[in-house]
Amino acid sequence: MLRAVGVSEVDELFADVPAGARLESALDLPSGMGEIELTTHLRALASRNVAATSIVSFAGAGCYDHHIPSVVDHVLRRPEFFTAYTPYQPEVSQGTLQAIFEYQTGICELTGMDVSNASMYDGATALAEASFMAARVTKRHKVVVSGAIHPGWLTVLRTYAAAGVIEPVIIEPVQGLTPIEAVTAAVADAAAVVVASPNFTGSIEDLAGPGAAAHDAGALYVVASNPILLGVMEPPASFGADIVVGEGQSLGNAMSLGGPGLGFFACRQQFVRQMPGRLVGRTVDVDGNDAYVLTLATREQHIRREKATSNICSNHALNALAAGAYLAAVGVEGLSGIARSCVAKAHYLREELLKTERFSAPWDALFGYEFALRFDGDVDSMRRELFERGYLAGVDAGELDARYDGLVLFAVTEKRTRAQIDAFVAEVSSL
Amino acid sequence: MTEKLAHTPAGAPVRGPRALIYDLGAPESSCVLAPDLDVPAVQLDAVLGGTARVTAPRLPHVTELEIMRHYSHLADMNFGVDSGLYPLGSCTMKYNPRINEDACRLEGFAGLHPLQPADTIQGALELMHGLQDALAQVSGLPGVSLQPAAGAHGELTALMVFRAAHTGAGDPRRKVVIPDSAHGTNPASVSMCGYETVTIPSGEDGMVDLDALRDALDTDVAAFMLTNPNTVGLFDSQILEITRTVHDVGAYAYCDGANMNAILGKTRPGDMGFDALHINLHKTFSTPHGGGGPGSGPVCVTEGLARYLPAPVVRRGIEGEPAYVPHTPEASIGAVRSFWGNFGVLVRAYAYVRALGGEGLTEVAEQAVLSANYLKERLKGAFDLPFDRVCMHEFVLSGASLRREYGVRTLDVAKRLLDYGFHPPTVYFPLIVEEALMIEPTETEPLDALDAFADALIAIAGEAATSPDMLHDAPYTTPVRRLDEARAARDPVLRWRPRE
Amino acid sequence: MYPSDLKYHKEHEWVRVEGDVAVVGISHFAQDQLGEVVYVDLPAEGDEVAVDETFGEIESVKSVSELYAPVSGEVVAVNDALDDTPETVNSDPYGAGWMIKVKMSNASEADALMSAEDYEAFVSE
Repeated sequence: MLRAVGVSEVDELFADVPAGARLESALDLPSGMGEIELTTHLRALASRNVAATSIVSFAGAGCYDHHIPSVVDHVLRRPEFFTAYTPYQPEVSQGTLQAIFEYQTGICELTGMDVSNASMYDGATALAEASFMAARVTKRHKVVVSGAIHPGWLTVLRTYAAAGVIEPVIIEPVQGLTPIEAVTAAVADAAAVVVASPNFTGSIEDLAGPGAAAHDAGALYVVASNPILLGVMEPPASFGADIVVGEGQSLGNAMSLGGPGLGFFACRQQFVRQMPGRLVGRTVDVDGNDAYVLTLATREQHIRREKATSNICSNHALNALAAGAYLAAVGVEGLSGIARSCVAKAHYLREELLKTERFSAPWDALFGYEFALRFDGDVDSMRRELFERGYLAGVDAGELDARYDGLVLFAVTEKRTRAQIDAFVAEVSSL
Repeated sequence: MTEKLAHTPAGAPVRGPRALIYDLGAPESSCVLAPDLDVPAVQLDAVLGGTARVTAPRLPHVTELEIMRHYSHLADMNFGVDSGLYPLGSCTMKYNPRINEDACRLEGFAGLHPLQPADTIQGALELMHGLQDALAQVSGLPGVSLQPAAGAHGELTALMVFRAAHTGAGDPRRKVVIPDSAHGTNPASVSMCGYETVTIPSGEDGMVDLDALRDALDTDVAAFMLTNPNTVGLFDSQILEITRTVHDVGAYAYCDGANMNAILGKTRPGDMGFDALHINLHKTFSTPHGGGGPGSGPVCVTEGLARYLPAPVVRRGIEGEPAYVPHTPEASIGAVRSFWGNFGVLVRAYAYVRALGGEGLTEVAEQAVLSANYLKERLKGAFDLPFDRVCMHEFVLSGASLRREYGVRTLDVAKRLLDYGFHPPTVYFPLIVEEALMIEPTETEPLDALDAFADALIAIAGEAATSPDMLHDAPYTTPVRRLDEARAARDPVLRWRPRE
Repeated sequence: MYPSDLKYHKEHEWVRVEGDVAVVGISHFAQDQLGEVVYVDLPAEGDEVAVDETFGEIESVKSVSELYAPVSGEVVAVNDALDDTPETVNSDPYGAGWMIKVKMSNASEADALMSAEDYEAFVSE
């Protein structure tokens, strides 16, 4: 090859690199490993972790231990899906394109919205993108945000807002819920009102009130949802939502230390040209066959550049594929059954924990499968002690936001059994 | 059909269009149901109040067999790196090692909850710390955040860091300068970060026009964003002067790391004078593109900018702490997404770094550059070569002569390549080259695959002369043929609806 | 290709003067360069447009271009039919593919535009 190229050694090919920028020494990295050595090394690293899935976990807070049907990973392992690039050549990308079209359909069905994009990085960034979109649509800056949404999502929103394109106004929660009076008082000249239901502490918000307040003020209404609960909860569209976002990890994706999951993003038809992210649409080929293609691309960065609806250039296509396969695997009966199971088990755990008298209820709000309780001792040492006994005792909410000091957030998925819950409660009683 | 076969070089049977999964199955079919309830049932109306769902969503109703058949069919209609050479310029479609896929699925990684106590995820933190170190080493920039989910996200993060640094120093600025050859994400990120884009023309050789850059720079400029090696596959040899000029007005120099694959172990953006860089792990570090994601776009910055990085980063523990702990940099901009980043992608990239080691990574760059130059030499007679000189890991051909002489466009050439069993290169980018074909073979393609690809392109250039009309209608052998994209955009159908 | 009763703007819009109203569209050359038009974003009736400034956008599958007002004034009519059939801009750019009607605030702006002959020379450069 060197001869064909006309050089005698490979370094001649790097002659354009000026002397002052050349790396004269070797990279200071460990030597390479063969497959056996590498396998051993990676397994050793993995074994230095205690997987939440290997013990009994009640942790949620934006990342949930739901069952993943076997069939989902067998779909993901088809290399034609995971070794492909973005489907810019539709003639040889119908698999990816059709799978995304089916994913978009599933998100529309769950949320009740007209259109869904092909997915985004995660729920937090989808929420930030929704706020930017509302600012674009309304030509306003202020975004009235429920302070009861996930503290991590609030941090992301504030980080995105630091550039001044949007100005978040955070509504302080009262008794774990977003007070409608405060929303109404803040909503004048707002681009959007943003509410999550269930919110960070699992409570179900009144969605109708903030929606009406938003629309009266000419603002868009942005709602963050839990996709599993949408199997049994009325879709946000019924409460006037203009944009619905959320974290889609629960739909067939491993927790994987919180990433990659996916952010879902759906909106009303009238705003489709202001949407961020990829979209797949249906058309026909020259032979008249149904076929799918990336469409409305003029919204995107590679065409509209600084005027694009977002800088996003990828989607979480493989995670969206998992979500589509998951929805197919569970179907409507499975999804509503899973949601019912989660809700019933969460309510059972809460009752049983309250009976131990080590926990008390900070408020009395409706909830789905996640709830907050106050512990009558040191949360950290309680969680450590229970971890030793094989339990991930929820999430220390105060660690994420001082506002929640002393509160423990418990999530209960369909994977937990009554026996596990009873044994956990017994351990709590014995603390 | 006869016409199709007449033009089928491979003659392989192809699977055609497939019904949507929403139109399959029997109404009563299902695959995985919820477990039987072993706790007292709840009345949803009572528990959820007025928010209990009235009308069920319409979801697929299929058996497990139907799911596997459906997705197998869809997979058969897709082309991946495993299907054949995939020479997309700027995308680095290298082989995705299978051990990486196994590693990220180990329960000790895949089963971790992001809010577990740090002492229960020491292996994961050690892995991320090791990856931070490796990226700092190859970039020459010591501050690393693994949080950004993609290259564009990394760009945005770096701009946020610049903004925080300038604002923190009492020197807020309003503009960011980019060359006209830049990826579209650059100006889009600039807008999201509240800056105004100032575009400067590239020189005729695709390099930065230093005079134009000097004219655009002033003390209101926050940063200059540059891809180096650049988007025509050339290394800008004025790089040290470029970054010095940018620094002279107090602006930061940003490197779009899309083309890192060419320079691993040979030169480092930090040594070129850049202040920040994003690295696409899904390009340079072999993690799969996934049909459009998930990627991962870590950001590397100078020591001085590290204090602004998003949290958490991983640092070594000090006395009394576990060996590795999460850390919030002192002037952190906050967070650009939830939790740690795309950890499953980080595991794959880490496995790649450890498999290759420093020496192996350097060989990657050398082979990638050699393979690109080899292909360029083989193809330069059949197509126009606007920059006839040594290239880096990719090069740009032009179909301008084919268009002028035979009326065959680069799009036709790209579509015809599909019939020959190859994925087309990136076409019509960069914008500064007419009828561009941007070819990046990557280091993982064997010599006979490079030769077969060159043979195919040369054959197609021949077909352009003899049967241009045949090329206008290519491809013939793909699961579907050319699409009516205007129809999709004029009357968007973006979801399934039940048949009336 | 370039009707002689129209006047042309350097950004490829045409004007047909009807009393104090100017009918505005884009030229054959512009629609040919764009390719298949898929979407046209136009102002609302009552909006003001200013000469040489943008009044809307036109999209093909893979490009987006701004539309520039050849004259100043108030928009008195908008071709809503382009919402459903944007392809009319390709098939009949000087007829059914018109975009807006502007009540001119300064008739001399129309006089200053290029004639068909000048425009044809301009685009063949």
